[in-house]
Formats: sequence, structure tokens, C-alpha cells
Amino acid sequence: MTPIPAPEGDTPLIDMRNVDKRFGNGTVAVRDMSLTIRQGEFVSFLGPSGCGKSTALKMISGLLSVSAGTITVNGHRPGESTTGSDIGFVFQEATLMPWATVFENVNLPLKLQGVSKAEARTRVEEALSMVGLANFAKSYPRELSGGMKMRVSIARAMVTKPKLLLMDEPFAALDEMSRTKLNDEVLSLWKSLGLTVIFVTHSVFESVYLSSRVTVMAARPGRVVHDIALSGRYPRNAAYRMSPEYAESCRSVSTALEGTMDHVDLNH
Amino acid sequence: MSTLTTESPAAQLDPRIIRERREQRLRYILPLAAITFALGVWEFLVWYNDVPHYLIPAPSLIAKTLVTDGASLMQSAMFTVKLTLMALALAIVGGVVLGMLFALSRPIEMSLFPFAVILQVTPVVAIAPLILIYVSNTFAALLICAWIVAFFPILSNTAIGLRSADHNLRDMFRLYQATPWQRLRYLLIPTALPYFMAALKIAGGLALIGAVVAEFVAGTAGQNTGLASRILESSFRNEIPRMFAALFLVSVLGVSIFLSTAWLSRAVLGHWHESEIKREG
Repeated sequence: MTPIPAPEGDTPLIDMRNVDKRFGNGTVAVRDMSLTIRQGEFVSFLGPSGCGKSTALKMISGLLSVSAGTITVNGHRPGESTTGSDIGFVFQEATLMPWATVFENVNLPLKLQGVSKAEARTRVEEALSMVGLANFAKSYPRELSGGMKMRVSIARAMVTKPKLLLMDEPFAALDEMSRTKLNDEVLSLWKSLGLTVIFVTHSVFESVYLSSRVTVMAARPGRVVHDIALSGRYPRNAAYRMSPEYAESCRSVSTALEGTMDHVDLNH
Repeated sequence: MSTLTTESPAAQLDPRIIRERREQRLRYILPLAAITFALGVWEFLVWYNDVPHYLIPAPSLIAKTLVTDGASLMQSAMFTVKLTLMALALAIVGGVVLGMLFALSRPIEMSLFPFAVILQVTPVVAIAPLILIYVSNTFAALLICAWIVAFFPILSNTAIGLRSADHNLRDMFRLYQATPWQRLRYLLIPTALPYFMAALKIAGGLALIGAVVAEFVAGTAGQNTGLASRILESSFRNEIPRMFAALFLVSVLGVSIFLSTAWLSRAVLGHWHESEIKREG
């Protein structure tokens, strides 16, 4: 197992120290999680369901509060007024407003922030062409396929030009083809815009293909058990999937993940 | 394929479009034909069996009565229309305002909901006499009765609709630090709209029923009264054709209210909501 890596880049963007999350019903979703993520990293949170990976993501975004410990994003506490536009969040489902057109959906963050109409228009158009949906601005979500809806969702997250993109199992419901395609698109966005991405997934292959670092988590209570730096070079593409490096990374991440299953009660 | 074909209206030749148009025409023709046929049978049976007009008048006689008594019937119809629409408008205002309060605050909902339910489940016929005693202005009393009947579906659907927003979308609005007003305007109201529209369709019919029932209980006579009074009056005088004529006007009113609320719902929701989207078959 590769031990805790020394990530590339210099500025720490996210700093989590001894973070606990307990819910009202007594469940400990996350226990003693400490993690430093530097600017420009592509980190996957990988683990079985109930390991607190989505909870950790929501705490970083400020959607959930921490029960103990501290989180800083770019020096600020999550949820502070300055962080809102610095973070893009992509949910498990596309989470679009069915009554609004693609344009209006992508425009929503800008409208909520009071960006002028003229500027919003150019930024929405930019975001839409970034995900290849420039011609679908006037469509309604119901007219789009699952993969296209997800693209709209990504465009909406990117429209505020965030530095940090949080993705909560975004492609779990998609077919393999769309998923592969969107993985490549996310990679190219990450590269071209210099983003920092945290990507929650339960797929070993997806995490290895995308990330520069995989944080493996275990359940009951949710905690980080391995933090693995991946050596695979970018840009990653179909050739990377065939490479021995990829196979080796998949093997080591799988082994780490299997280790988290040791104490799982199989009757559940 | 011949290249000689000029800009022919290809759309008109498309068999799918032709079929669709035929279907659209049938949508109007069939109901009209069925009603005309039923009226014809009615007319025939009355004539054939020589049924006296004070038992069952023929459609032609009812039509004649509609013309001869037109002035007084139309005046009454206008009264009923006014009563119904005002009751509906007040039901919308009251239902939406209270529904918003309910959605904002659980304690308010828990305290006030029982009153709303009691008002709803007590038959309006049973409360109407009391209201008529307490409220000296008859029109106001009738309005209250019709309002009670129409108000509940709007209240309950508005409250449910405002609470039905997708939780991920709620998170989205929180992430971008939306103000409460923005959340209401851009998330909660659009979410509640289909619920409200469903309630409006029901409340429109109920307002009319409330207006007619209340007037029956009030049993008011005189110039400034509605269609229910015409029906009562005709019943006392044994003027059955006039009774049918008034009844016909009540039905026309009900159908118009139904059609306008259905049209409004389609106009508002047609571009996105499942209930109003036309499926391509």
C-alpha cells in the first residue's frame, strides 16, 4: 500500500482536521477525518455505501455542519458568504428544475447572485458550449437524455467559475458509454480550467481512471483508511485504460477497498 | 424520388400529421354529435309518448323558454356568475395565503388545520342557515357559504405543493445562498404550481356548487337573485320548462368554469409538467 502521499502543488485548498459528523439519531457518519487537499488535485472518495463519503463532501460544501473538528476551504469556513461561488456542486441526480429551460437552469446560480443579465448570458453560453450543449439552451430537461441532463448539471456547477468542483457520485445512474465519455469531459475541464475536483464514487475503475489520489473510506463509523497517490500520468485516455500502470493501480486500490469490508456484517 | 417536386407542403402529406389532425377534429365532433343525438332521442321520446310538458319538457320547449324568459334568466345567471367568481377569487386568495403560512410554519399549520378540516367536512347546507342569521347582507352570506366549499382544496394543495420541492434543489439554493424570497419565487412557487392548478380545477366546480346550494338554503326571492332562486321559484309555480332552462344555464356555467380552468392549467404547465404534456404516440 502506498502511504499518505506528498501531493503536488503547493497551496492547500481544503484542510479537514479531526472532523466528526454525528446525526441526530446517533449515527456516526464520519469519525476523526483529517485530510489536506491541495489546489489542482483530483481526489476521489471511494468506499462502500454508508462510509460517509457523501457526508464528507457535503460538509466541505457547507451543506452539512461539522459536529466536531474544523474544515477550511481556501481559508474560510464552508458556508461563509465568500465560499458560495467558489464551489461547484454536482449531485447524484441531475437535479434540474423541470419547469425551466436548459438556459434558465444553468443561469440559476448567476441569477441568485445577482449577476447582470448581459454578463449572465455570455457566461451561460460559455458554460453550455463547454459541455457541448450550446444548441440545447431552449430545451427543457425532459427532452434530454440522462447523460445530457448530467452535462447541464455540470455546466450549472461551472457557470460561477468555481475553483473547487465537488461531485457526488454524478454518473452512477448512467450507462457505461455515457459514463466513459463524461469521465473524459470532466478530466479535460479539470485540466483546462485548473480546477480542484473531489469526486465521490463507489467504482474502483472510475476512481483510478480519473484521480491523482484516491481516499479510501470504510463504514460504521465512516472514516478514512487509506490515502493512495496514483502514479498514472495525464492526459488519461483509452490507452491509459490498457496500460499496466492502470491495472496495477486498480489492483492496489481494490485491495485497499477490500480491506474496508473485513468488518462488514454480511447479514446486513 | 423525383427532383421535380417543388417546395411541396410536405407536412400536409405526412400521414402522421393527417392522422393527428383527424383526431383533433374528432375531439370536438364526437362529443357534439353524442349530445345532439341524445337531445334528438329525448325530443323524439317526449313527442312519441306524448309526455306532458309539466313532467318532462322536450328540448325544443326548453330552448323556447330560454328565449322567452331570457331576460330574467340571464339576470339570474349573471348573479350566480358573480357569486361564483367572487367566491373562487376569495378562495384562491385565502387558500394561497393560508397555505403559505402553513408551509412556512408547522405550529401555525397544526393549530389552524383542524378549523379548516371542520369547515370542510361540515356540509355547507348545514351551516348556511346559521350564516344567514348572523350575516345580515344576503349576498355576503351566500359568498361566505360558497367560499367555505371552494377554499379547502386550494389551501391543502398549496401547502402540500410548497413543501414538495426536491431536496437536492433545496440544497442547491442553499449552496448559492439564495434569499428566502428567491427560494419562494424560483423554487417553491414553481414546484407548487401543478398542485395549485389541480386544486383550482376542483375549486372552480365547488364554488358553483356552493353558490347554488347556499342560495337554495337562503330561498331568497325577488329581482336580485341567482339561478337557484329561479329553479325554486319555477318549482313552486310548476313551471317545469323554466326549471330545466335554469338548470341548463347552471350546467353551461359549470362546463365553462371547467373548460377555463383546464385551459389555464394547460397554458401554465403545458411546457413542462407530466400532467399536461401531450405524448407522441
